[in-house]
Amino acid sequence: MTDEADAAAALARTFREERGAVLATLIRHLGDIQLAEDAVQEAFATAVVAWERDGVPDNPGGWISVAARRRAIDHLRKDRAMAAREERLAVLTGLDTTVEEMGMAEHGALVDDRLRLIFTCCHPALEMQARVALTLRTLGGLTTGEIARAFLVAEPTMGKRVVRAKRKIAESHIPYRVPDDEELPERVRGVLRVLYLIFNEGYAASEGDELVREDLCAEAIRLGRLLCDLMPGEPEVLGLCALMLLHDARRHARVDQDGRYVPLQRQDRAAWDDAEIREGMELLDRAFQLGRPGEYQLHAAITALHVQMPDADREAWGQIAELYAALADLNPSPVVEVNRAAAVGFAEGPDEALDIVAPLLTDPALERYQPLHALHADLLRRTGDRTGAAAAYERAIELTTNAVERTELERRLRKLTMSS
Amino acid sequence: MPQFMLLLYTEEAEAERSEQRHADMSEWIELSREMRESGTLLANGRLTSTDTATTVRVRDDRTELVDGPFAVTKEVLAGYFLVECSDLDEALKHAARLPISRYGSVEVRAIAHTDPDVASPAEEPERV
Repeated sequence: MTDEADAAAALARTFREERGAVLATLIRHLGDIQLAEDAVQEAFATAVVAWERDGVPDNPGGWISVAARRRAIDHLRKDRAMAAREERLAVLTGLDTTVEEMGMAEHGALVDDRLRLIFTCCHPALEMQARVALTLRTLGGLTTGEIARAFLVAEPTMGKRVVRAKRKIAESHIPYRVPDDEELPERVRGVLRVLYLIFNEGYAASEGDELVREDLCAEAIRLGRLLCDLMPGEPEVLGLCALMLLHDARRHARVDQDGRYVPLQRQDRAAWDDAEIREGMELLDRAFQLGRPGEYQLHAAITALHVQMPDADREAWGQIAELYAALADLNPSPVVEVNRAAAVGFAEGPDEALDIVAPLLTDPALERYQPLHALHADLLRRTGDRTGAAAAYERAIELTTNAVERTELERRLRKLTMSS
Repeated sequence: MPQFMLLLYTEEAEAERSEQRHADMSEWIELSREMRESGTLLANGRLTSTDTATTVRVRDDRTELVDGPFAVTKEVLAGYFLVECSDLDEALKHAARLPISRYGSVEVRAIAHTDPDVASPAEEPERV
């Protein structure tokens, strides 16, 4: 490889793997996200020239870290208007060690810094979209333009959102620290919500550039793994990471060449990513060993059962139904009940499932919930109630916006009326 | 240490509902005392109703007075707490303890950093 290609590859790797950590530490020293970001950006720009000329340093992350710190010192010396300039300069110059002196001594602090940064970016005082954008920008390796494309908003709009969020963090004194024990569970849940939202945005193949969407999934998983390293004792952190991996492993098998959705039972298992499945299963095991079940762990366990047994038998469906029941205990929701009813339908039979569905059908909030009516139709068909099933299929078709699902439901309705 | 203004908003009728106020009174007194003794509370007060407000504007060196609030809204500013604490999380915790947060709203705003060297915020260019 040429020096040029060498330097470019090392730079890309360092940007992806170490930028977040370098930035997190500099933010702690500076108390200013914007200034830290500018300095890190400039350090990477300097590296483009320096690494090509002098070769790639032994410790690329350390090199960037020291260069960024020096850039920040320059800024503070030049810009007299900067707030708390003297204190910040004193902190930074006191730290001005060489790359060689850095090394493992700072490792512990570094772990804490990234955790602090995650909690700041996902702070509940920021609107959800801002949390997502900030997390992807500061801890992930995405640019504002890439985030804008992924979320289908104009780049200036996304830029303003990020600027506003950073200004709010600075001016409203959002803390840069790991929350107290008392607040921690709720705040961890908040962070997980942000990661899962990023993942789902990438996974739900509704609109937008497929490659950009894959980036979102990859970033969510990368951040999930980082969180697993930072908080190995939080079972829900492990559970979410497992859930994302078990879904992502099947992303290429779930759509056929014509872009049609392929149900799990008919997916080509050779197209699944075995390494991701193994990693997901291991994380889930570790999570359950901690003995504190939670929503993400239960969802991951359901996904794991589907993955292990694409043609689930009655017994497997029984286990799935139990997992949904446990989910409903933690956080009752009609969506979970519909899923539980579907599982009970396969494990026990349509009549038992209809008992669960009956009260849901009278809930006005679910009047327009398509999956409930589609399930209701399938269950009635299986009990032999053709008239009832036909009416339920018609209702479900009326509520379907997705063309693929509509075709499938219409096929079932036709089959039903033809056989009568 | 940063300072925060907790702006207390509620529907005027709600604030005037005397039984509500009486029920909460001892809680307000106890809370203010505790916050003042710990050094958190710098100042606080309840405002008289908006129909006693006078709004002042100076235009072309002429002082104009309007009998009434600057804007008529359903929820009105009913009082304030000026607190000093380490960060927003602390300020939010104090806000959530105020009885008014249960039926009205508390807006939390930090007092802007005042450094004589700093240019006014309007002059600072936005950076992305």
